[in-house]
Amino acid sequence: MNLKIADREFQSRLFTGTGKFSSSDDLKSALSISESQLVTVAFKRIEKQQREDPILDVINPSKQWLLPNTSGVRNASEAVFVAELAREALDTNWLKLEIHPDPKYLMPDPIETLKAAEELVKKGFIVLPYVHADPVLCKRLEDVGVSAVMPLGSPIGSNLGLETHRFLEIIIAQSQVPVVIDAGIGAPSQAAQAMELGADAVLVNTAIASSANPSQMANAFKMAVEAGRLAFEAKLGPTSKEAQASSPFTPFLSSLS
Amino acid sequence: MSFKKIFQQYNWDTIKAKIYSYNNDDVMRVLAGGCQSLEDFATLLSPAAENHLDQMSVIAHAKTRKRFGKSIQLYAPLYLSNECTNICTYCGFSMENKIPRRTLSSPEILKEIKAIKRLGFDHVLLVTGEAPKEVNSEYIQKAIELCRNYFSQISIEVQPLKQNEYESMISAGLNAVYVYQETYHKNEYKKHHPKGKKSNFNYRIDTPDRLGQASIHKIGLGVLLGLEDWRVDSFFCALHLDYLEKKYWQTKFSLSFPRLRPHAGILQPKVEITDKQLVQLILAYRLFNEDVEISLSTRESPFFRDGMLPLGITSMSAGSKTDPGGYAHQDEENLEQFEISDERSPAEVAARIKELGFQPVWKDWDESYNQQSMIN
Repeated sequence: MNLKIADREFQSRLFTGTGKFSSSDDLKSALSISESQLVTVAFKRIEKQQREDPILDVINPSKQWLLPNTSGVRNASEAVFVAELAREALDTNWLKLEIHPDPKYLMPDPIETLKAAEELVKKGFIVLPYVHADPVLCKRLEDVGVSAVMPLGSPIGSNLGLETHRFLEIIIAQSQVPVVIDAGIGAPSQAAQAMELGADAVLVNTAIASSANPSQMANAFKMAVEAGRLAFEAKLGPTSKEAQASSPFTPFLSSLS
Repeated sequence: MSFKKIFQQYNWDTIKAKIYSYNNDDVMRVLAGGCQSLEDFATLLSPAAENHLDQMSVIAHAKTRKRFGKSIQLYAPLYLSNECTNICTYCGFSMENKIPRRTLSSPEILKEIKAIKRLGFDHVLLVTGEAPKEVNSEYIQKAIELCRNYFSQISIEVQPLKQNEYESMISAGLNAVYVYQETYHKNEYKKHHPKGKKSNFNYRIDTPDRLGQASIHKIGLGVLLGLEDWRVDSFFCALHLDYLEKKYWQTKFSLSFPRLRPHAGILQPKVEITDKQLVQLILAYRLFNEDVEISLSTRESPFFRDGMLPLGITSMSAGSKTDPGGYAHQDEENLEQFEISDERSPAEVAARIKELGFQPVWKDWDESYNQQSMIN
């Protein structure tokens, strides 16, 4: 089954970023091979004054849906302001909301994110917030009307994988909106693991962009995401037996009719 | 989206066919891998799973101890009224039954409250029939207010109400509402509820949604076992629970397993659920959901209740009187909704719980939390 976010369907469950590539050509070929249909772009990087933009120009609007992000903003009011600008300039009401006031670890600010999300939903945006893997925060965001949640696997750009997987499991179990695991996925095996957990999609940027061969890595991620999803749908086999067969309750159970 | 819309996407017969199609291998697969989905739950409801109660019981025991420890909550039902304008073919209070009708006045409620308090209870469940003139939301609210000075936890099992009525009762100190669908089989439901407000299937099925919207602390769900195929009905109840847990994520949930019992009416269960099958059902629920509270009332026998104590149960009533005024006056008159099976006193039940290695818990809430939610 295809993934649906808001009113849009995606065949690919691999979302990609556009930062950190060494050239537009690398970006273009990686995007194409990844078959990703949702691509996030930092609004701050877009050249609005020039006729040509090195990032926007490589995105193929018939194949890839543009998701502007608010990377660089430090609080809710800045985020709302940037969101309005992005909607105006890029003609889309989709938004990846990310607010990280801390420049070192780029940890998302939960309080400002919830505040901004509520306001942006009211203003008609399709909001996909980037958050820590905090199950309560994800439910609170759902309550204010976000269209998906994007919890992190580990710090952004760290390539550490799913350090938060126990919490991601809870988020996935109780979410009523799609869960996209964002940040920290450094290897295709980790993307597959996220999909096996039941994530609806993953967003990968650094691991592809900073690879020695971005196109080949994009292909590897594409296959890993597909494999992980297939495994999730087919249901993983058991890892251990939960209980032994003999039960201390047998006398009671066998006395029943 | 309300539950009604999700419910409409399912077909009773398809689900039934599926549940009856599972085999031994399917059950073993779920037991080995853990019950992780509604489909897995349906597998554990199947006839094939009846041969695996030993293994299910070990898992249910371990899961319940992990989540709830070794404690059992105790509560007492307080029947406020047996007046009813509904015809429910299975119920002793049904309008057509020629029994003396009685609705407790405030002084009478106080007498009951004091009698229940003397038994040691701190959690009371207020129960009524559905008689909108005599037993309306103002009456119920008044009863909650009377209870508030005596009990730290107040629950109700009354007719479905409007969201604003629930909100006002929550402000008055209401903690939990038990509203059983009776059966999720729409046509059977109509058959068993031919007259009165209760005949509105859709209004009833949306009641937990109204409670969720009203931010109630706890919602109790269940089906009346015996009206229809218990396996299919329980699948739908689990579907309901699953939906509600996700949507009203700040609310707790509880399940009850009323079985049809003899009463002043005449209906015999259409589909009987044996003791063994009731055990299967409770174990399946516990394997499916670690967090849901599971309650077993005095409808069940002492032997059955004692045996089930370690196997998923978290709460019990004790020494219940199911006739209005029954605690203060031990009448000879038969005003009961149903005959209870476990006639042990609350003190005897509590002693038995201790003997079996558990702690009986009388108080698990504090009135001050309600005041806090009023301020917010």
